[in-house]
Amino acid sequence: MQKFALMMIALACLPNAARADSADAITKNKLTTTDGRVLYQTLCQGCHMADARGAEGVAHFPSLSENPKLASGSYPAYVVANGFGGMPWFADKLSDNQIAAIVNYVRTHFGNHYTDVLKPSDVAKVRPSAESIKPIFD
Amino acid sequence: MPEHETAATRRQLLSRIGAVAGAGALYQAMTSLGHAAASDFVNPPKLSGARPGTSVLILGSGLAGMVAAYELQKAGYKVQILEYQNRAGGRNFSLRGGDTFEELGGAVQHVGFAQGNYFNPGPWRIPYHHQAVLHYCRTLGVALEPFVQVNHNAYVHSSTAFNGAPQRYRVVDADYSGYVSELLAKSLNQHALDNEISADEREHILQSLKSCGMLDASYAYKKSDLTSMRRGYEKPPGGGLDGPSIASTPLSRGDIFSSGLWQAISVNSLLNHQTSMFQPVGGMDQIGKAFQKQLQNVINLRCKVTAIHQDDSGVSVTYTDDAHGSVTRIAKADYCICTIPLSILSQLDIQVSGSMRAAIAAVPYAPAIKIGLEFNRRFWEEDEQIYGGISFTDLPITQISYPSTKYFSNGKAVLLGAYLWEDVQAFRFAGMTPAERIEASIASGEKIHKQYRKEYSSGVAVAWSRVPWAMGCSSIWSEQRRKDHYKNLCTMDNRIVLAGEHASYIGGWQEGSMLSSINAIEQLHKRASGVG
Repeated sequence: MQKFALMMIALACLPNAARADSADAITKNKLTTTDGRVLYQTLCQGCHMADARGAEGVAHFPSLSENPKLASGSYPAYVVANGFGGMPWFADKLSDNQIAAIVNYVRTHFGNHYTDVLKPSDVAKVRPSAESIKPIFD
Repeated sequence: MPEHETAATRRQLLSRIGAVAGAGALYQAMTSLGHAAASDFVNPPKLSGARPGTSVLILGSGLAGMVAAYELQKAGYKVQILEYQNRAGGRNFSLRGGDTFEELGGAVQHVGFAQGNYFNPGPWRIPYHHQAVLHYCRTLGVALEPFVQVNHNAYVHSSTAFNGAPQRYRVVDADYSGYVSELLAKSLNQHALDNEISADEREHILQSLKSCGMLDASYAYKKSDLTSMRRGYEKPPGGGLDGPSIASTPLSRGDIFSSGLWQAISVNSLLNHQTSMFQPVGGMDQIGKAFQKQLQNVINLRCKVTAIHQDDSGVSVTYTDDAHGSVTRIAKADYCICTIPLSILSQLDIQVSGSMRAAIAAVPYAPAIKIGLEFNRRFWEEDEQIYGGISFTDLPITQISYPSTKYFSNGKAVLLGAYLWEDVQAFRFAGMTPAERIEASIASGEKIHKQYRKEYSSGVAVAWSRVPWAMGCSSIWSEQRRKDHYKNLCTMDNRIVLAGEHASYIGGWQEGSMLSSINAIEQLHKRASGVG
């Protein structure tokens, strides 16, 4: 069983090698790609980890794998745009299109098999106003 | 660390803002930064009239927790601290050779630095006006030495300007102010501003431009001994037959302005970066250790808090005591000061009002990356005459800070090879393995110092979002959230009061956590003693 899982990982990794990695997706400190996988690797795996299983410290970074909170795409879209607890908002770094791409990528990978697709227009509805996330410099 | 650019940062943010949003946004940000007040610390709190036997339980032994314990104990309170880690100090810590550092995700780094070398993954510099930090350093006998922020011989670098060749800070500083002065003088002499100013004032400004911009008699900024006195010489003055100097040629005006390199001047001018700055001799953790020495009997290490409850008679905190067989215990006290970072506290069971709970959940944390690189020799000193200070770059590492200590010594030395705050690169670096982060920092750094690869010895890369006991570097407030939640976060809730950099207007700085702590104990004392 374990061997099988490893093989699956190896297979899953193969096609990735030829694709752009996250370094190429950043130009002048802005993310230019709408590839959900690259966006996930660039912004999300720092906390949620490469396998999306999250991590356990004093508190936890939730697993995105088989997490029932992903049942509707608008919830993760809201969280990505607005942040949640210690998680920063990403509305200042990502377009609606890019947020939709991340959500759709996560909802179809890491053991998730949702078939409905989140549209950028759905993201627009949960996006915070630029004013509300204007950072403070202190 | 947690200062973001400043570090708190605002520091790095600034350079990013300039790079991404252009000068207008930078100016706007700078203006608000410029108005940031200096720390308002004058004296430690005078807490007289404590009721004997009143007990205070403090959660967390970072600087906020230890300042509270130190002052409350002095005032006659019975204090105990519960600390999750196996050491006190919190984000005030340093890594040395022989240390291991494990991050979330399981990667373990074995620090390979030579004896005596250290790296500050968290706070690393103390502005002269952070008087609370300086007060406690003085009181506890922590030796300080100058931290060099501004070094005119360090580099400013843009991968898209001057063919990617790094420029000396003094050159950009001189040419920038020279050309600005020249342009302004020209418009004054063409009487373009006569509607704004009187003839007298025009003369005064012209005089000042000549002096501050190194302009010649005809108000020109150009190659001369005069301008070389600021920007440096083609051939410096020497002795004997080699005496005569050769003036250097200014970079072109267009290149200076389009390069964006002037951002470094702006960043270095901030109140938080102005001379003098300090650092503890031997590592920032000397502050935490000095407090710990005073508080040996009250710090309980390896205690993981799981619930914080209160009622009319007191507080009770449930924790797992990993120092004693992971048994679950309940600590009781009259009051509680909770300094647990909000990244963690927002996931704990804490019995406070809805508005405080909402505030606890409203503040995200910056990922922040710091990378310490050890090299076989001080090539920046030996080859490039850079003694301390910071080089700035538009590459992902944003800056290189050279050690402000043990100048001219032989052997290995550690510099800060990357400091990322909360831009997309910071998130990207957090998602890398430590080895990948170090490689990426070398790949950036070697564009500024060609000696990097050859002289590299070892490194350690700390991604704050993956620090198990912090899960983020420091708080990021938005104006809106501060308006909605700050007061609720900082106001004592019955018997519980919060403290830490997150409960201050000096986020990401040690001064913020200390001032927040002082305010918290003042609130607590008022409530406990009925005084004031």
